[in-house]
Amino acid sequence: MYVAVKGGEAAIDNAHRLLAEARRGDPAVPELTVAQIREQMALLVDRVMAEGSLYDPDLAALALKQARGDVVEAVFLVRAYRTTLPRFGASAPVDTGAMAVARRVSATFKDLPGGQVLGPTFDYTHRLIDFALAAEGETEPAAEAEPRDDAGTCPRVTDLLAQDGLIEPSPPDDGAPVGDLTREPVDYPADRALRLQALARGDEGFVLGLGYSTQRGYGRTHPFVGEIRVGEVAVDFVPEELGFPVPLGRIRLTECQMVNQFKGSGTAPPQFTRGYGLTFGQSERKAMAMALVDRALRAEELGEPVASPAQDQEFVLAHCDSLQATGFVEHLKLPHYVDFQAELELVRRLRAEFFRDSDSVQEAAE
Amino acid sequence: MATSPHHLRPEEVAARQAVMALCADASRDDLDAALQALEAPAAEDLRPPETGLVMATGRIGGDGRPFNLGEVSVTRAAIRLPDGATGFAYHLGRDRTKARLAATLDALWQDPARRARVEDALQPAAEKAKAARYRAARRTAATRVDFLTLARGED
Repeated sequence: MYVAVKGGEAAIDNAHRLLAEARRGDPAVPELTVAQIREQMALLVDRVMAEGSLYDPDLAALALKQARGDVVEAVFLVRAYRTTLPRFGASAPVDTGAMAVARRVSATFKDLPGGQVLGPTFDYTHRLIDFALAAEGETEPAAEAEPRDDAGTCPRVTDLLAQDGLIEPSPPDDGAPVGDLTREPVDYPADRALRLQALARGDEGFVLGLGYSTQRGYGRTHPFVGEIRVGEVAVDFVPEELGFPVPLGRIRLTECQMVNQFKGSGTAPPQFTRGYGLTFGQSERKAMAMALVDRALRAEELGEPVASPAQDQEFVLAHCDSLQATGFVEHLKLPHYVDFQAELELVRRLRAEFFRDSDSVQEAAE
Repeated sequence: MATSPHHLRPEEVAARQAVMALCADASRDDLDAALQALEAPAAEDLRPPETGLVMATGRIGGDGRPFNLGEVSVTRAAIRLPDGATGFAYHLGRDRTKARLAATLDALWQDPARRARVEDALQPAAEKAKAARYRAARRTAATRVDFLTLARGED
């Protein structure tokens, strides 16, 4: 017989009050403000924006405060918030070629127009804990220098390679409608645009692990970082009532152009192939991993055997979303009393049958 | 919805976009100060300020087919001045007050007779934005790598 039960309301309310107190921590320690999180935990905020798939630094910082710094919980809050808002439309595609670069490096060419610009990077730091940061104090002001004449023009490394036909061109804009996985469920096979949307909002750890697996031989692509650039781009949107592009403001993005080993055929000369990564905020690890996985997922298109997880689009796309993954994993802790009761009944009956049968076998043997 | 009582030529559209970009980058306080300086009449809402989403799109490889990167929060406002002029604003973020201030400035700017005064009032915000960009460019420039050719040790 199934008996519906109810209960735990008071316990849940009290658990939420206890959560609020735990979130605040020791009241003798000053409370964090949203602006402090936005400014001083900026890369964490960027990660929540990327995986929450919503660019809004203040909102991501607030979500992190509410979530006690739990990234996936903050992503959950941001995703839930976005479902309450109307969508005005889609922007014009951002022009990363016109990015105001805060950082731009290439691992393939030393000298290139616009130069190698390090920007604020952890690269080349010694990774020694800086105990001076435990004490409050003023930071030494950043150095300044007069920008050189070519500082404003950073052509893409892939454009330089393309001039000589050494790299495949990007797939042309044919004006076809762009699939949106937030509007329709993904149908397999998914095109590259949909795959990039899924990877851009995918869990950084999962995408990183997959990208790493391609380097270790599970779908090898022989990658070079053609270029990484971080900086601000303008976002334009054409409202129906105005009919011309309105500048909405600027967002910070990280772009990675991965240059991979060649492909050619009897009719086409060998050319480098490409993997692409683009992500909200400053996250080179995510953009690089995304570009590796983007290239791996093109295996079939490029006539390579599909044998590894990173090349299997259903495996990658169906499992890269941190919110979907956590939802299904974490639902296991919710009450399954009735399901489990049925399993208990079954295992008891099977055990009873097992012992009855073994008794009769023993009797027969005697 | 009528866009404006004043028909804009293409070069005027570009100038209007430049003012819109300036307002999008400026702070709410900067826009408030500009409107105070203009002694602007009270505007009524054509549409109450509203926060929503715009799907930001990128291009595969930076220059190819578009794809959906993720959404941005956007707040829009549409107002009408007592003389019938209408103004619009769409900004990143969720600041309804700021969007309404920018829409009012947009309406005032569209009147050729008031345009110069609006641009003057926004001058402090424009200079602030320009200084911030210049400062960022100088700090970035200091991290540009100068490669040195090392002596090869042949002599």
